[in-house]
Amino acid sequence: MPRDNSIKSVLIIGSGPIVIGQACEFDYSGSQAARSLREEGIKVILINSNPATIMTDPMMADRVYLLPLNVDSIEKILTENQIDAVLPTMGGQTALNLCKEADELGIWEKYNCRLIGVDVAAIDTAEDREKFRQLMVKIGMAVAPSRVANSVLEGKEFAQQIGFPLVIRPSFTLGGSGGGFVHSKDELDEALNRGLTASPMHEVLVEKAVLGWKEYELELLRDQADNVVIICTVENVDPMGIHTGDSITVAPAMTLSDTAFQEMRNKAILMMRSLGNFSGGCNVQFAQNPETEELIAVEINPRVSRSSALASKATGYPIAKVASKLAIGYNLDELKNQITQTTSAYFEPALDYVIVKVPRWNFDKFKGGNDTLGLQMKSVGEVMAIGRSFTEALQKACQSLENDALGLGYYGKSLMRSSELIEYIKTPKWDRIFRIKDALMQGVTVKTIAQATGIDRWFLFQIQKICDLEKQLSKYTIETLPEELLKEAKKNGFGDEQISRIMRNCTEEQVYEKRKALGITRVYKMVDTCSAEFEAKTPYFYSTFE
Amino acid sequence: MNKQATAILLLADGTTYYGKAFGKTGTTTGEICFNTGMTGYQEVFTDPSYYGQIVIMNNVHVGNYGVKESDVESATVKIQGLIGRNLEELYSRKQAKGSLDEYLKQNNIVSIEDVDTRALVAHVRTKGAMNCIISSEILEVEQLKQELAKVPSMDGLELASRVSTQEAYEQGDKSSPIKIAVIDYGVKQNILTCMTSRGAHVKVFPATATLSDMKSFNPNGYFISNGPGDPAAMDYAVDTLKEILQEDKPVFGICLGHQLLALANDIPTYKMHHGHRGLNHPVKNIITGLCEITTQNHGFGVDPEAVKSNSNIEITHINLNDDSIEGIRMKDKPAFSVQYHPESFPGPHDSRYLFDDFIGMMK
Repeated sequence: MPRDNSIKSVLIIGSGPIVIGQACEFDYSGSQAARSLREEGIKVILINSNPATIMTDPMMADRVYLLPLNVDSIEKILTENQIDAVLPTMGGQTALNLCKEADELGIWEKYNCRLIGVDVAAIDTAEDREKFRQLMVKIGMAVAPSRVANSVLEGKEFAQQIGFPLVIRPSFTLGGSGGGFVHSKDELDEALNRGLTASPMHEVLVEKAVLGWKEYELELLRDQADNVVIICTVENVDPMGIHTGDSITVAPAMTLSDTAFQEMRNKAILMMRSLGNFSGGCNVQFAQNPETEELIAVEINPRVSRSSALASKATGYPIAKVASKLAIGYNLDELKNQITQTTSAYFEPALDYVIVKVPRWNFDKFKGGNDTLGLQMKSVGEVMAIGRSFTEALQKACQSLENDALGLGYYGKSLMRSSELIEYIKTPKWDRIFRIKDALMQGVTVKTIAQATGIDRWFLFQIQKICDLEKQLSKYTIETLPEELLKEAKKNGFGDEQISRIMRNCTEEQVYEKRKALGITRVYKMVDTCSAEFEAKTPYFYSTFE
Repeated sequence: MNKQATAILLLADGTTYYGKAFGKTGTTTGEICFNTGMTGYQEVFTDPSYYGQIVIMNNVHVGNYGVKESDVESATVKIQGLIGRNLEELYSRKQAKGSLDEYLKQNNIVSIEDVDTRALVAHVRTKGAMNCIISSEILEVEQLKQELAKVPSMDGLELASRVSTQEAYEQGDKSSPIKIAVIDYGVKQNILTCMTSRGAHVKVFPATATLSDMKSFNPNGYFISNGPGDPAAMDYAVDTLKEILQEDKPVFGICLGHQLLALANDIPTYKMHHGHRGLNHPVKNIITGLCEITTQNHGFGVDPEAVKSNSNIEITHINLNDDSIEGIRMKDKPAFSVQYHPESFPGPHDSRYLFDDFIGMMK
């Protein structure tokens, strides 16, 4: 179906203040959406309470309202403007909640304003853990055993039935706030109280914890004709138990066979199709048992999410931009791939590089805060790196954290012995990846670390590769350093400064001069959505060594 | 760190890449092609349609989850050689039986890694498919050039009979009322599985089987398989197919089978510039209007103009990227075919309905 021409003006709801758990990703999606709709000649009206955003720049929309995100503001805007439709999927859960509230009060209907790109019943089902569980059971999708509780007493009763470890998840909250793990009976009361208080509806889900299972996220797009594509598959390096926003993640998935991946793809599509009838973006999360490859659904978000922004940058596929076009009636096969401009937007990006995302925490600014990672997101930002190998991308990401890390080398911090390190890494904290590397450097085996952390061995083998290279490098001086080794180090993401510190008695400049003299210099590669199969017209570039 | 031996990749146009040896130490030749899929390497390596080809895997890490006995499309590795950026010796998968390196060694596959595969793919995309040689024993480029000159061009090469079964064999429930005769030009195991799992009893015949051989099985329908090589060099197969069509029984062709159905209708085929190989090719079913993400692996295509001007042929599927013909059916016979791989192993399962359609025609 081509574009719905009855839509001449659209209201976009922003995500409000930047808080932990919901940051500037939604500014990115809101801006893309505004641009995408204006391209079609549609008048865009935008509301956001946060003026420190790109989307509220006067040039982004035809009219910008800097107003509190509440129903009164919405009504004011609808009185002052003729608005045909509202697109509430670009502003995260905040925008969706506001849209829903206005819907319950009959505001949209009163002003004859359609909801596009969303299905209110779908939001309800996705956010209400019990409704979600029932839907999964109906479509034959496995989920972790769980019960909904509205009181501490009920919660305790269900905890008895399900058994520990448990997860307490409050309904309708942002970034998992108020949720947590319960490993034993003594922690239960406090966790239930906290969860019930955090939930606006005084409701929590008491769920069996699948700690240690591998975690995956799929980003999907669907159009009115029910065509669905998977834009990106993201694998969490950290297993289940850590909020995705606080996990180190990688794309494409590194440890999935085709049989396991296709099962995930089929189930993600089934889940999206079973959830209402909206066209736009959707995010589905799965947990996979590493022993049996058994799969369970963790959650589904029927909107553009934090991960969509990452997936867009990771693949080059502009999810929010295309989702906006789908919301106004286009089908995927009627749109072009924005990067190649010649091939179809109905396709699944192929990557010939590795993306690693590492969260950035600021615990030094929150003195006394608990720095153990869990269900509630604690990071304040993230870095994304691109490389031609996992090791390169990981080290580039760590280098970009601006916390004195030089690649995976983090100097002057770890004074722990290997036995202490093994204990330390059992609890996920912000510096775990660096301590894993320390442990490997001290000769702790991959097997022991895999057991302590639940991290898939493949990632640890790769970190081991970095350690082996570091050990090799430490045997040389700048004069004796062999060309092959220097090249290998650069390909695996070692920075010049990092190399100079490993070799000692040598400066960053010396390393730079040496590799320049040897012709070991950066090359630039494209993020083109298609693994070089087609010529790209508007790609972006990353640097690497080949 | 193990010091890996050096290996060289030389293309017919003289382009040379130095990398590290992986798999078997030795020399191998074939036609270079690339595959953009991000999962399913073992299925790709064992796909008989890749016979005679050296495959570049665009995905930068290959071998991560090892190898597993059931993740195969035939009993042995069919590619001639493998080119990768990072081919992994160490793997992680509980169900895996071994590493990629051991597997390639056992199957005598010479491979090269640490190659700038992106630059190489862009080169093949621009210059087109050509022959190449990988060696980890001959490190003299001049000598490699001489070896490479001996390799015949894929254009006009008949390869199907080399990968076809020598003896007929059966799969599925023998008491099933639905019997399908499969002509094996390099059939993928999952095509057979897609039919037997839908209740069919299949008998797989050698490429050279005659219609009367197949009729003795009393089939309700015929399946024309995928396979390697140039369809235009397969007159014997086209003749057999013409005879089959006279039977007025359901006929389904995949990939090479699609090209043969075109040839049987006097539609010529051609060698593509660099082919379609991957798991993300967009196809539109123009009968239903719905789209499907497909697995593809072909270096030859059917002439679109000849298809359009043939009054007895209806186009059922088109490629959304380049408008090439992805599916056809005959108006006067119960025969249809697709250029892509609905059995998709590896790949998305969007197109499995075609097997339901085929079985449905025989009920």
